[in-house]
Amino acid sequence: MEIVLAIVVGILYTAGVYLMLRRSILKFIIGLIFMSNATNLLVFISAGLVSGSPVFVDGKKVTTEAMADPLPQALVLTAIVIGLGIVVFTLALKYKFFELTGTDDLDQLKKTDD
Amino acid sequence: MITLVALPVLIPFVLIIGMLVCRSEKLARWLGPAASGLLLLLSVFLFVLVQKHGVLALQMGGWEAPFGITLVVDYLSALMLIVAAVILFAISIYALNFLPDSIKINRFFVFFFGLTMGMNGAFITGDVFNLFVWFEVMLMSSFVLITMGRSKEQLEGGIKYLALNLVGSLLFLAGVGLLYGKTGTLNMAHLAQILQNDDQAILMNTSAVLFFVAFGIKAAVFPLYFWLPASYHTPNITISSLFAGLLTKVGVYTFIRFFTLFFVHDPQFWHQMLLVIAGLTMVAGGMAAAAHYETRRILSYHIISQIGYMIMGLGIFTPLAIAGAVFFTLHNMIAKTNTFLVSGMINKARGTFELKEIGGLFKESPFMAVLFVIPAFALAGVPPISGFFAKFILIKAGIENGNYIITAVAILTAMLTLYSMIKIWSEAFLKKQPDNGRQNKSYTFGFAEYFPSVLLGSVSILMGIFALYVFGYTMEAANQLINPDLYIETVLKGVNP
Repeated sequence: MEIVLAIVVGILYTAGVYLMLRRSILKFIIGLIFMSNATNLLVFISAGLVSGSPVFVDGKKVTTEAMADPLPQALVLTAIVIGLGIVVFTLALKYKFFELTGTDDLDQLKKTDD
Repeated sequence: MITLVALPVLIPFVLIIGMLVCRSEKLARWLGPAASGLLLLLSVFLFVLVQKHGVLALQMGGWEAPFGITLVVDYLSALMLIVAAVILFAISIYALNFLPDSIKINRFFVFFFGLTMGMNGAFITGDVFNLFVWFEVMLMSSFVLITMGRSKEQLEGGIKYLALNLVGSLLFLAGVGLLYGKTGTLNMAHLAQILQNDDQAILMNTSAVLFFVAFGIKAAVFPLYFWLPASYHTPNITISSLFAGLLTKVGVYTFIRFFTLFFVHDPQFWHQMLLVIAGLTMVAGGMAAAAHYETRRILSYHIISQIGYMIMGLGIFTPLAIAGAVFFTLHNMIAKTNTFLVSGMINKARGTFELKEIGGLFKESPFMAVLFVIPAFALAGVPPISGFFAKFILIKAGIENGNYIITAVAILTAMLTLYSMIKIWSEAFLKKQPDNGRQNKSYTFGFAEYFPSVLLGSVSILMGIFALYVFGYTMEAANQLINPDLYIETVLKGVNP
């Protein structure tokens, strides 16, 4: 199972980076979502996967091997919420920018560099 | 008493809510500076406590380390808190007069305190994931601040700023995941304890690289700094100066914290790497600053150049060098913010930041000229102002440790700094005002306009005059960083899980 997830993480990162390097701001944002999901998965599998066992078991004593590590799940939950907020803000920013300039082309964004 | 450690985060949090519900602008104008002043007093008090006890650790929610989140204040954190609070206090007053009417002061203060909360949290947290959360709090506030006013330029700068910083955050989080996968803990003290006695610590290099790139983006070091000059000159000058003094230095703080506390496994490689990056950062930033003719752009590039010195101290990695890096960071935060504040005054007097279009300010307002000279001399390193001692310590440490190349680069970059400061001085203050109708702009500066700059200027001078004491404190901080036993002991209380 870890192998499958590791491959998924790799694919997500690849797709994310590819989209980020496109010229459209919207594609950039989609790439950002891919990368953020890839990172969340990476954190999630970092503690190893234990199939079919809950984090907390009531009343029964379980060994640490049979129990999933709750911390990465908590971390991922936090990271997902933060990621959601960021994506919403980015989309709002993109909308405002499009309203003002009428362009979605990252190559047009050259005024502030030099 | 120990619960006071949580207040640098709690006070801004209360203020965010207060500013959200507060409808009266008049009240907000009083509340903002008052709360910043309170934070300053609190930071000084925490520093006194640290002097007495060494390291303060608060286990949040009563969960013992390493299971819960620990807030830790040591010398480095306390010093950073104080200097950040001085800057916040100055800017909260500056904002009252220099924010445009289109930005409501209540809304500014909501995100101002959001940024404060994230930054203070990053300074005092003892948990790696918690640090990530504070970074996000800080970043979200700064995203809103940088796009406040919503001009075309600002949105464009905002997109660039946001894009690179978000990539940095993702790399940071990936690093956190790998770190947890390998060590099973995210408590910094616990990590330090585990990695100290680990013969396989070399495996940490993957996450160390991820952290290095992430912090490199936040601190704006050489190949990763492009977001900074593309965005810092777009927002209102109040917001630019807030960012200039604080944001990148949080990145530097995390660099110092991580690479002294637990990423100490492969010193040949990492210290060499830090030194190379430091040298390139100094030169690249300094050259670009020399090439520009807009005050905010010069100063933005100059921030990058100065980051190099702080990383240099970390790369040399002797107690003296780290003390120098800390001293330099403290001095630079104050002086850099101050130059931005003065460039805001220049802008108010002439209506532009372009050096080619302004001049004659020395005759018109000698006091403003003095206010500019103090931070400019501090940055250039003229004794007896703070920058001289900061650079002196770093260069001395470099020579003592045999790092001659980086020392030479540091000295040469000081010339570039001097050049860009002289450029602003001679163009804006000495040269005659070009005949373009800008000098007729009527303006009057009262006490409130001058005060923030006067405050920061006097802190710079005092840091120079009492350099011995400041150096003593930074040396204390460096010793705590190089020998983290007390830190580990205070956080874990002898627990050996």
